[in-house]
Amino acid sequence: MSAETLSENSLAGDFWSGVRLSMPVVVASAPFAVLFGALAVDNGFSVLEAFLMSALVFGGASQMVGIQLFGQHVAPWLIVLSIFAVNFRHVLYSAGIGRRIAHWPVVCQALGYFILTDPQYAVAEARAQSGQTVGFAWYLGLGLPVYVFWVIESALGAVFGKLIPDTHALGIDFLLPIYFLGLVMGFRKRPLWLPVVVASACASIIAYKTVGSPWHVSIGAVAGVLLAVILPPHHSGVGERP
Amino acid sequence: MSTTFWIIIAGAIATYLTRIGGHLVISRFDNIHPRVEAGLNAVPAAVLTTLVAPELLNAGPAEWAALVVTAVVSLRGGLMSMFLAGAAVLIIARQFVG
Repeated sequence: MSAETLSENSLAGDFWSGVRLSMPVVVASAPFAVLFGALAVDNGFSVLEAFLMSALVFGGASQMVGIQLFGQHVAPWLIVLSIFAVNFRHVLYSAGIGRRIAHWPVVCQALGYFILTDPQYAVAEARAQSGQTVGFAWYLGLGLPVYVFWVIESALGAVFGKLIPDTHALGIDFLLPIYFLGLVMGFRKRPLWLPVVVASACASIIAYKTVGSPWHVSIGAVAGVLLAVILPPHHSGVGERP
Repeated sequence: MSTTFWIIIAGAIATYLTRIGGHLVISRFDNIHPRVEAGLNAVPAAVLTTLVAPELLNAGPAEWAALVVTAVVSLRGGLMSMFLAGAAVLIIARQFVG
């Protein structure tokens, strides 16, 4: 066997070991992809637009936020800003993963950053910390199935969503707040979580009553972030890290 | 092209900037100020909370019950189980209170 086929075999092996690791993420994200498609159409998107958003943005929570605001007829720039704000955590992911994939060709790095999601970051970072190399084939095997299934299932949800007759009885209109509360609770182990949630909740409710929608989103978010910035760093646990 | 199309394109560009931005910025700085990092860490909870809290004002018993169950299940379960529990309570409650 030549050296060339050997390296091809090991690349394929890396790819498939990434694919195996991707399966839990594919399964867990499937309902949300279908839900996104259904809600997108419910909020005024066409099937093609729902498909396009999943294919180009590829960020579950931000897509949900985007269509929620779209349904409330919020100004376009604020929808884009909100998508940016929800995905802003990816700045930290790309800052962290950069040193792990610096040995890739630039085109591969550019693609790698495009499919950088929460689980992709978590699994890749765990591999790097265990002393293994984060290779492009492995990384692609981990991310590509999640991407492909996400886009296809979004389109299926969008097509199927049109067939749902009574959206109120099925609770479709209130599924997003439940989903968002779930996401908020998912961050509860973070330092300052409760103060930030309380500050954002109070500020957004007051802003909703006084200034009105959609400004309650920006005002509430700024209140929570400012609180975290103003409090001494030792409260946020940031400075304690090794 | 429709407004929706351009919102999607701009949202995609904004998202890609976050996914590549951290790498581009960090490769120029030695470290991030702790307060900036604390602020960044607070972003997801702060933004997502504003999408839930005002909904409480317009909600009724069915919606409240669903949110309470979601919060309680979250103490033990993952995102999927809390979402399904909340959705199930909402759908059942709405059959009775509308």
